[in-house]
Amino acid sequence: MTTTTLSSDRLDVRAVRRQFPLLERQIKGKPLVYLDNAATSQKPQVVLDELLRYYSSYNANIHRGIHTLAEEATAAFEATRDAVQRWIGASSREEIIFTRGTTESINLVAWTWGRQNIGAGDEIILTGMEHHSNIVPWQVLCEEKKALLKVVPVDEQGELVQEEFERLLGPSAKLVCLSHASNALGTINPVRQMIRQAHRIGARVLLDGAQSAVHLAVDVQDLDCDFFCFSSHKIYGPTGVGVLYGKKELLQEMPVFQGGGEMIKEVSFEKTWFNDLPYKYEAGTPNIADTIAFRSALQFLERTGRTKIHAHESALLEYATRRLEEIPRLKILGKAREKVSLVSFVVDGLHPQDLGILLDNEGIAVRTGHHCAQPLMKRFGIPGTCRASFALYNTEEEIDRLVEGLRKAIKMLS
Amino acid sequence: MTSVKTIEQTEQEIVEEFSLFDSWDDKYEYIIDLGKKLPPLDERFKEEENRVRGCQSTVWLVADQRNGKIFYQAESDAVIVKGLISMLIRVLSGHEPEEILRAKLDFIRDIGMTTHLAQTRSNGLLAMVKQMKHFALAFKLKSEIAPNHG
Repeated sequence: MTTTTLSSDRLDVRAVRRQFPLLERQIKGKPLVYLDNAATSQKPQVVLDELLRYYSSYNANIHRGIHTLAEEATAAFEATRDAVQRWIGASSREEIIFTRGTTESINLVAWTWGRQNIGAGDEIILTGMEHHSNIVPWQVLCEEKKALLKVVPVDEQGELVQEEFERLLGPSAKLVCLSHASNALGTINPVRQMIRQAHRIGARVLLDGAQSAVHLAVDVQDLDCDFFCFSSHKIYGPTGVGVLYGKKELLQEMPVFQGGGEMIKEVSFEKTWFNDLPYKYEAGTPNIADTIAFRSALQFLERTGRTKIHAHESALLEYATRRLEEIPRLKILGKAREKVSLVSFVVDGLHPQDLGILLDNEGIAVRTGHHCAQPLMKRFGIPGTCRASFALYNTEEEIDRLVEGLRKAIKMLS
Repeated sequence: MTSVKTIEQTEQEIVEEFSLFDSWDDKYEYIIDLGKKLPPLDERFKEEENRVRGCQSTVWLVADQRNGKIFYQAESDAVIVKGLISMLIRVLSGHEPEEILRAKLDFIRDIGMTTHLAQTRSNGLLAMVKQMKHFALAFKLKSEIAPNHG
């Protein structure tokens, strides 16, 4: 630890890598190069340790038990809520609801706030770069309520056409659902400004933070978004844990999502008194172990230093962009001014899937396909892309191997 | 027509061909080559109703029956998938529906391509095998209902 704390502002990537046991794997006899971090990141040892520690020393159901184990488990579980509150700068811990993931967080808002506040003729504004998870719940809602979906188009660079967004902000617009950063292009949207514009006409804003929470310093109060959704597993935490942040006044007014244990105060067959925030939205036994271990991931990132991590990831993005552009026939999709650390690309005449299979043959894991953003792929007239997405443990040498692997694959396929 | 190989014999043949390769690169080179050589499907067949739904690549598959035997034609926009299709056609085409329905297609596992079967959502090889068997079943039922129209 002394070396990392005493050393300069640079991230000690070798030391970081030693904390991720999975990175030692060999694929097809070659050292793994894991560049699918936007899908899910690998987990540091501290997260794995905490999972084991929970199950081997304080596993208990939370909130109601009077015994020691239940107290310990409850305290650890609630400590994650505090850590998440700090991570995104929420004003109160009651504004942090645990879900199964970003998708469930979005659905929770659609089924509760949406059903209460969206009516016939109302408009929900989405963007052309949304993940299917931030399209389908709203489509379902619009169909049920006879409301309308409006879509902000994406320009050639992969940025939202702001004039179109302003034009769509009419009197019927009630909600804007917006990805903070695009999973398929990397574009970081100017959400702060867009939220202000939406609020001016009284619309609420839901931010899909699945790709931003890991790379950017998110401050929900500064952004002033009404809802913010993200997943633990993309921030080095376990799978199966998501977060819904909502402004307290909205969460208090919303109807309940699922009924069951934990979310109630008192039940009789005539009436149920619901629990207070945040428990009102956390029916049933939650994913205790993974939620607790999620805190270890956040602590790990804070210890490592978020500024250092950000600088490292930005350098990787810059290096990868430069190196990939050297490859003939390769075209990078998404050239926004502000991007998170991922590069989406196509190679003229070649199917991304073929490239993905041959890269895997070299031990290199990238994502190929439509990235659950089919409308966006349609916009660019392609079936899909190859996407390399970077994390704090990736290195320039790994990007070199990607470039080498791509050159070889292109040669084999051409 | 007496020297027609059984499905198992053709599978065995492919397994033996693959046993000559000592690296994954060689295997893929070979599959890519097969893919490139697969005769293109007539444009008129490239319609929605002939599409096998895979998640990433598009596969079109058609089948017709002659003298009680099924003949397949297929194409994809991804070349490795085309190579895999080429092998499936080599193994299954020209056989009777009953044989095709019985085929276990172990050669896919034996040549180390199981990952392509498992990744159903990514390249639809499994969907393709299912669709080929589906055709066999359809032809079988058709001939059972109207045995004179083979």
